[in-house]
Amino acid sequence: MTPAIEVRQVHKRFGTLHALKGIDLEIHTGEFFALLGPNGAGKTTLINIIAGLTLASSGSVRVKGHDVVAQYREARRMLGVVPQELVFDPFFTVRETLVFQSGYYGIKKNNSWIDEIIHHLDLADKADTNMRLLSGGMKRRVLVAQALVHKPPVIVLDEPTAGVDVELRQALWRFIKQLNRSGHTIVLTTHYLEEAEALCNRVAMLKNGSIVVLDSVRNLISNISGHRIRVRLSPDTLPAALQLLIIGHDQGYYVLAIEKYSQLENVMTALRATQTQILELQILQPDLEEVFVKIMHDTESLEPASV
Amino acid sequence: MNGFLTLLYKELLRFWKVGFQTVFAPMLSTLLYLLIFSHALEERVQAYPGVTYTVFLIPGLVIMAMLQNAFANSSSSLIQSTVSGNHIFMLLSPLSYQQIFTAYVLASVVRGLVVGLGIYVVTLGFFEIPLYSFAWIFAFALMGTALLAALGIIAGIWAEKFEQLAALQNFIVLPLTFLSGVFYTIPSLPPLWQGLSYLNPFFYMVDGFRYGFFRASDVSPYLSLGTLMACFLAVSWWTLRMLKTGYKIRK
Repeated sequence: MTPAIEVRQVHKRFGTLHALKGIDLEIHTGEFFALLGPNGAGKTTLINIIAGLTLASSGSVRVKGHDVVAQYREARRMLGVVPQELVFDPFFTVRETLVFQSGYYGIKKNNSWIDEIIHHLDLADKADTNMRLLSGGMKRRVLVAQALVHKPPVIVLDEPTAGVDVELRQALWRFIKQLNRSGHTIVLTTHYLEEAEALCNRVAMLKNGSIVVLDSVRNLISNISGHRIRVRLSPDTLPAALQLLIIGHDQGYYVLAIEKYSQLENVMTALRATQTQILELQILQPDLEEVFVKIMHDTESLEPASV
Repeated sequence: MNGFLTLLYKELLRFWKVGFQTVFAPMLSTLLYLLIFSHALEERVQAYPGVTYTVFLIPGLVIMAMLQNAFANSSSSLIQSTVSGNHIFMLLSPLSYQQIFTAYVLASVVRGLVVGLGIYVVTLGFFEIPLYSFAWIFAFALMGTALLAALGIIAGIWAEKFEQLAALQNFIVLPLTFLSGVFYTIPSLPPLWQGLSYLNPFFYMVDGFRYGFFRASDVSPYLSLGTLMACFLAVSWWTLRMLKTGYKIRK
């Protein structure tokens, strides 16, 4: 099947700044994909190149098989983008904005779909209000609505929940998940790693213009980060064999790092050998945030200083 | 509605929604020029035989207002969009660069024609203005406003700040329109200024437009129309190239 998005050897230079350094990335149809990375890593630049808002210095991007430069009209029909900045046209109301956006895609009668989007994003009360008079959260909803007017098979959201309250965040994700279930490919960037962890199948982590990790959320969590266990022992001494694993000790609890669950067996054996009794044992679940911090830290020394 | 018609309609609605500022204000200021200059100069100047100065002035003022408004429309619409960032909605869509060009030019032509027609209709209530050929009048109105609209697109894309656009308007567009023969005929000027005037494309717009009313002009209307068409083709080619390569707007 044609990939939803295919990025091949994309470089982007802004003057002397090498913002993207040969990105290769394939996002499959139907995926819920996250682009993660610290500020300035190149996430938005990459999204802008996919959307045709920025031209790559070299390399190519295809959306649903259409080259974003040579076949820009077909590629753009396939793509809906929610930009990071809260931009709006102050001359028009919410409904006018959505009708115009539909018109740009050549869609004549789009009222029933527009009504549906307005309903899902809880914009019904504001449909005839001028964009200028909306709060930040409301403007964010309109941006999402604008990206969806042409029912694009691929939807890209650049930090859609930045500065958005809990209620909207939940409503938004419910709607996006529903779109994903009905076959839309979703690509998002976010700084809330728990969102990416809860929603996405795969993530790519960008750093200084390169992809440093590309894997499923499950693999990342189980392979890279390892696990932690927290135990309370009687007597309160850790057998010598386990001293190497220790990463914390406070208020009678030892925190030990293990690579895999199978290593738990070794811990048990060592405890039994010294006739230490386990009073309490917890396995701490690693999360994407831990993975992220570890990767960003581990790749520090590998990266040449950015110009 | 296809993409092009949507953008055209949106651009028309944009100026019409603030019509007080985009249509009535320029009409008022032009009528003030007419009032003041005709009062001051009516007795002293006669441009063409048998034509009073005020009547001579009217077509010039009409086309001057049309040109300025055509330029103001495309340039201000674009710079407002690029400064606020909402131009991305157009850039994200499958609209082609030719469609974007044509929609902005046409909307600006319409604004120019509406302003010009408004001024003409008001002056008709007070003066008897000859009308030789509607076809010539329309041809020059169309070519002039289209040329200024295309220049407005270039200016709106090039300028990153409102001051830069204001500078273009005040130091280039305004002097060239004022020095184009709106208020005088070119043969009445000293030779040096006559020569320089022929290098000013605005002169051909004013001179040809006026020909449609009086059947009198400083140069042949065919020469004027040809010059304007050549300018329009060159400017359009340049504008389309900017839009195609994404100069400044798709960095």
